[in-house]
Amino acid sequence: MVTRGFFSGRRPPSDTDTRIPPGQYLEQGFPVLSAGPTPRVRTEDWSFTLKRGPRPLKTWNWAEFNALPQSKMTRDIHCVTAWTKFNTPWQGVMIDDILADAGIEPPTAYTLALSFDGYSTNVPTKDLVTGKAMVALLYEGKPITPDHGGPARLLVPHLYFWKSAKWVNGLQFTERDEPGFWELRGYHMYGDPWREQRYSSDP
Amino acid sequence: MSAEPSPQSPWQAATITRIQKRTPRVTSFWFQPMRPFAHLAGQHVDIRLTAPDGYQARRSYSIASAPEAGAVVELAIERLDDGEVSPFFHDVAAVGDEIELRGPLGGHFIWEESDGGPILLVGGGSGVVPLMAMVRHRTLRNTAVPVVLVFSARVWDEVIFRDELIGLDDRRDGFDLVLTLTREPARRPPDYSRRVDARMMAQAIERLPKAPRLAYVCGSNAFVSAAADALIGAGVPAGIIRTERYGV
Repeated sequence: MVTRGFFSGRRPPSDTDTRIPPGQYLEQGFPVLSAGPTPRVRTEDWSFTLKRGPRPLKTWNWAEFNALPQSKMTRDIHCVTAWTKFNTPWQGVMIDDILADAGIEPPTAYTLALSFDGYSTNVPTKDLVTGKAMVALLYEGKPITPDHGGPARLLVPHLYFWKSAKWVNGLQFTERDEPGFWELRGYHMYGDPWREQRYSSDP
Repeated sequence: MSAEPSPQSPWQAATITRIQKRTPRVTSFWFQPMRPFAHLAGQHVDIRLTAPDGYQARRSYSIASAPEAGAVVELAIERLDDGEVSPFFHDVAAVGDEIELRGPLGGHFIWEESDGGPILLVGGGSGVVPLMAMVRHRTLRNTAVPVVLVFSARVWDEVIFRDELIGLDDRRDGFDLVLTLTREPARRPPDYSRRVDARMMAQAIERLPKAPRLAYVCGSNAFVSAAADALIGAGVPAGIIRTERYGV
């Protein structure tokens, strides 16, 4: 449906529009969104735990986690509130390397990412491994600020950015695809920006 | 061949039935959706504009009207000079225009009478819009749930819904309005003339008969960060604070 009198628009440059998913616009800033207050997690209190269901598999403290092999990922990110930001540079530990340090293969097909503030979000395990996702520790070469999820956030850049849980403190492998915080509140179980899977009613 | 109907698009046309300027930068638009929906106070809709060449722009806007107000929903839209959707509404949109809309959306920043209270609402600028839906919901449900709204605006003339809010405050029925103006002196006895801080939040809580059950904070990211920290500084548990942020 064409909107009467809407012409101009903010079309992306033609050399970049193939990088902007449907319904998104290009943002130069880095908006902040969250469901509650920003937790200030001190690195001395920080830990990260892999779990299968309720059972802990391995826990790292901040120093131990930072000693894991670190990788860099520069990716376009897409927020469900319709902004897309190009070339965001992150550094952290690939989920593959976390699993390797724990000495395990992914035990189940589904994962819930868990956060210090009680937030959770579900991601199929296959979307976290084979170089697709990391626990990010640095943004633009500096520690991630608390409002952007520091000290550590999940980075799953090929899905809408609510899947990249801020203040992450663990991954829980689950037998079934269990909805997380926003997925229980009307948002999509998978969240592929290229298929515009914003809300639960989207195919 | 299967005879299944194709899934109904979540988008629908809504007709603008009324436009009213609220403040120099904020105008309310009332939309009559083709398929009426029931919303909850605090929810939002997505709006999608389509240019003749197919280019689309979409934004989310909070609903200002109460669920009880009927099928026509009010959106109060702030003009952002560097925006691409809000200038369209302020400069082009007219009564009778059809706009594509999707919703209602959002399952966290909502309040229903059955959620109980007391409730502390903290809004900055157009962040008051979803809080207004909650205040109106409370009024139209005729409940006694105690509610304090702390509303921060730059100046008196940018206090959105000012006359309506002061009228509700004057009823003394358990709704309390506290205005804080960041660039002008306070005009009323309960009001302030500074940015929100922990002391202001503590004094707002004292207006409630007991500690709040839930707190809702909406506004720019800078405002929400400051207000949420102020609430925590006033002893409000982080777990009962719900936030909604917009902007960079």
